[in-house]
Amino acid sequence: MSHSTVANLSPIGADVRIAIRNLNFYYGRFHALKNVSMNIKSNKVTAFIGPSGCGKSTLLRTFNRLHELYPQNRITGQILLDGVNVLDKKEDPTLLRARVGMVFQKPTPFPMSIYENIAFGVRLYEKLSHAEMDDRVEWALTKAALWSEVKDKLKQSGYGLSGGQQQRLCIARCIAIRPEVILLDEPCSALDPISTAHIEELVHDLKSDYTVVMVTHNMQQAARVSDFTAYMYLGELIEFDETDRIFTKPNQKATEDYITGKFG
Amino acid sequence: MKLVDPQQTLPASGARTRIRAARWEDTLFEWVTRGFAFLVLAVLAAILISLVWTGMPSIRAFGWSFLWSDDWDPVRDQYGALIPIYGTLVSSLVALAIALPISFGIAIFLTEMAPVWLKRPMGTAIELLAAIPSIIYGMWGLFSFAPAFSHTVQPFLIQTLGAIPLVGKLFQGPPLGIGLLTAGVILAIMVIPFISSVMRDVFELVPVVLKESAYGLGATTWEVVWKVVLPYTRAGVVGGVMLGLGRALGETMAVTFVIGNTQHLSPSLLAPGNSIASSLANEFAEAVGDLYTSALIELGLLLFVITTIVLAIAKLMLLRMGRSEGKRS
Repeated sequence: MSHSTVANLSPIGADVRIAIRNLNFYYGRFHALKNVSMNIKSNKVTAFIGPSGCGKSTLLRTFNRLHELYPQNRITGQILLDGVNVLDKKEDPTLLRARVGMVFQKPTPFPMSIYENIAFGVRLYEKLSHAEMDDRVEWALTKAALWSEVKDKLKQSGYGLSGGQQQRLCIARCIAIRPEVILLDEPCSALDPISTAHIEELVHDLKSDYTVVMVTHNMQQAARVSDFTAYMYLGELIEFDETDRIFTKPNQKATEDYITGKFG
Repeated sequence: MKLVDPQQTLPASGARTRIRAARWEDTLFEWVTRGFAFLVLAVLAAILISLVWTGMPSIRAFGWSFLWSDDWDPVRDQYGALIPIYGTLVSSLVALAIALPISFGIAIFLTEMAPVWLKRPMGTAIELLAAIPSIIYGMWGLFSFAPAFSHTVQPFLIQTLGAIPLVGKLFQGPPLGIGLLTAGVILAIMVIPFISSVMRDVFELVPVVLKESAYGLGATTWEVVWKVVLPYTRAGVVGGVMLGLGRALGETMAVTFVIGNTQHLSPSLLAPGNSIASSLANEFAEAVGDLYTSALIELGLLLFVITTIVLAIAKLMLLRMGRSEGKRS
């Protein structure tokens, strides 16, 4: 396809955190990502939009090699994180996942207390004293804008929180291990509008410290929170540019049709 | 459930009779189901009452000392239940100690690691183990397993563990083949299918996205299973273990074949002993005299009480674990 290769792909500059090169992905026989290449910039929010089944979640899940949990999945191409190909079999997936954290569509607190939910991930990588762990938990919960709401009930189960609070707990859990990149897979799809606004504000704050990549079904959300937007369709990257440009004067007719609601 | 008066909303008389009939049916249905449910309670109470009633001569004659006396002598009409109680508890604990880790491994392998083509046949094979009648286990245990066990594992245990102080007491004496340990091993094989299939079923209920988020933090399969899957499913896992333990406590035929059936108390697991269920199976037919029969019935009552206590402990464990995990406010 002519427009799937991004012709004007700039060389990997210092501001690029993730560089994707000729990525192809297969669920068994199904060709789910077709020759995707793009540069994702540091400390920016990049949004993936497109109709269901276009491959945006699939693409996101390759960034921390979550697709490897299922042996029938196959991938070719390169994902360069700070210049190193993370798909290389020599790279350790657990260390990669410490650098590239992920938050899912539905809130997924673990069956333990709020405190333990945060400490769980930290303990996988670091041996901290009690005091240090307390500090880390407070720091992560503060960063995720949840501290003031839960500071008096850290010992209670994470399941006792509301949906929006649970999702912020999951973001805090992800932040607590101090990743470089945060992947958000439709983080607001199970939340009410007020919780959604909370999360969007949070995403905006997070980009000063992290590179954020998010999948969203909601075009207004992409327009509100992202700096760059990628439009995908049937496994191909149709257009990738600054969000303002994508939403005002896209290069591709297909992008315009999707954004204006003529299609999708 | 309170319903709006149908006569106000449905004026047509046909509808009115239809509603009246439906109401009557529902009431009847409710009472029938309620009756079935209470039938279970009634049966339970009836069994308990008849056990206490027929066991009364023995309860009167021996009092609480029935529980800790090891004197079981039908000739002198003296009865004490210590040996069968000890044998029942120890053989079941041995069974659980062996079956629990193995079942856990089986369940984890089947849910997390096995390739799809292997899951079904393997799961079915394990469930088939549960379909083998217990008398077959008993015969196999006595004629095949016990001789092999006495030639291989038992001498090894006597030489190694038997030499350790304190613990060694459990592994001393001649390698007879039959005994508490053998009964425990046979019981373990019998309860593995129960425990592992319950565990597999509850592990499969864990949402994929919950496991993915643990993997996404960089957890290994072991960490995901131990710290996320197991806490998430603990009620089901404890239930499965208790199902297995309940079966082990009450198992009669297979144990009777291999436990040795002697009213003799020995600290060694290799020595023959007796269990409540096999005492009953062996002696009931030849019990003469009211006191003998009623002592055996009191044994049955004890088995009933032990299983109830086990269930109660399981419930308490679940409550305590729930508290340590944090309240679900």
